[in-house]
Amino acid sequence: MNPTPSDDPETDPGTDTDPGTAPETDTAPETEADTNPETAPDADAQGTPLGRRVILGMLGLGAAGIAAAPLLQRSVEALAQQDPTGLTDALPAGGAFRYYSVTASVPPKSARSYRLRVDGLVDRPSTYTLADLRAQPQTRIVRDVQCVTGWRVPETPFEGVRLSRLLDAAGVRPEARAVRFTCFDGAYSESLTLDQARRDDVLVALRMQDKPVGYEHGGPVRLYVAPMYFYKSAKWLSGITVTEDVRPGYWEERGYDVDAWVGRSNGRDDAPTA
Amino acid sequence: MTWTRGSAGPTAATTPRRPEQAVRTRRFSPAEFWAHAATAALMLLCIASAACLYVPGLAQLVGRRALVVTVHEWSGLLLPLPLLVGLASRALRADLRRLDRFGAQDRRWLRAALRRERGPRPQGKFNAGQKLYAAWIAGAVLVMLGTGLLMWFTGLAPLAVRTGATFVHDWLALAVGVVVAGHIAMALRMWSRQSAARQLQLPDGEPEFTDRTRS
Repeated sequence: MNPTPSDDPETDPGTDTDPGTAPETDTAPETEADTNPETAPDADAQGTPLGRRVILGMLGLGAAGIAAAPLLQRSVEALAQQDPTGLTDALPAGGAFRYYSVTASVPPKSARSYRLRVDGLVDRPSTYTLADLRAQPQTRIVRDVQCVTGWRVPETPFEGVRLSRLLDAAGVRPEARAVRFTCFDGAYSESLTLDQARRDDVLVALRMQDKPVGYEHGGPVRLYVAPMYFYKSAKWLSGITVTEDVRPGYWEERGYDVDAWVGRSNGRDDAPTA
Repeated sequence: MTWTRGSAGPTAATTPRRPEQAVRTRRFSPAEFWAHAATAALMLLCIASAACLYVPGLAQLVGRRALVVTVHEWSGLLLPLPLLVGLASRALRADLRRLDRFGAQDRRWLRAALRRERGPRPQGKFNAGQKLYAAWIAGAVLVMLGTGLLMWFTGLAPLAVRTGATFVHDWLALAVGVVVAGHIAMALRMWSRQSAARQLQLPDGEPEFTDRTRS
């Protein structure tokens, strides 16, 4: 900061020397006089303890921020909704989707290479291409998407084949109690009880936000479980296996709730999405 | 091997001393150097992993969410440790005291900096800007640690507090990122100025810490 060493006339807070007449003390080479800084009289270590006040002030501001968060959050969201530039999407709680993947990379699947396998405790195991799925009757659902980490995207349309339709087509055996989902990222898995899986707001989704499901959103085909936290809506869906028992999925083995109803699980009380 | 007569005695030729270099005092002790290096490494790890969790492009590039979360949690948790260990060093404690205390020259330094006055500004070992940075980042790390723990261990506090903690953690993270980037930029600027001064054999850009503070 200081290009010359002759600028520091008033180093002792006790003296009030005129800067113009102050002696230049700094022309001597450095000595070893500072080897014992705690005993040396040191103007630098005198004065107001402002540092610790700043630290305490930060702690106070942090606590105040936690208390004021609901109010501030609402203002940020209101601002983000009026923002035509999309810049606020980069800010925390901008009301946009965030990309989560549990693996290093996911091989893309095209309309030609994609396959969905339905097997397990069924009478007629089968494999669907994307064209097969598109040929089935499509259902469109518009609900909020709620992530367990807190972000929520309002009024998001999903469109696809009801899971119950695929299950019925396969012929679920009487001893079956649950459905397990696997993904072509090679790691992710999810599951639902058979009753949950048969709800009419559970889709094998081909479209999201009125566009084909994009790669980063789990395309070409993902699961959509409207009433549950979004980790249940597995991306890159490749397998549906009917099982005897519910087997916890990827995040559920890491502490998340298996029955992930929005507002009634994971210790959260968000407004339900269905 | 034969022995040279007298080689073991005190009369043998002495090793010549190296010619005296200009004596330079160290600005920081090894303990301070290592405390800073460890803190810097943890901070960069914490910021980098946070970016991979938060910035969509990076999240897509890196993936491996469970691993990145673990790296972020542990680098954040360990962040205060180097300083706490370093407290055993007397030199570090002395510098902490210098950073804490604001004297007359610091007020003058701040005034000059705020008015963007050109020319040298008064300071001791640390200038007022460095002191403010140190205190702010220490407070910020504590707030990040507290809010981070509330998010990590979801049983610690009710949901309203956890949501608030997430809000504070997210926004303060942005501020910490900007401020740490500024800290690195200032350090690089000072470093290049110092090495240029050294090459030209001029007095360093940054005044060495000498007894100039106690005329």
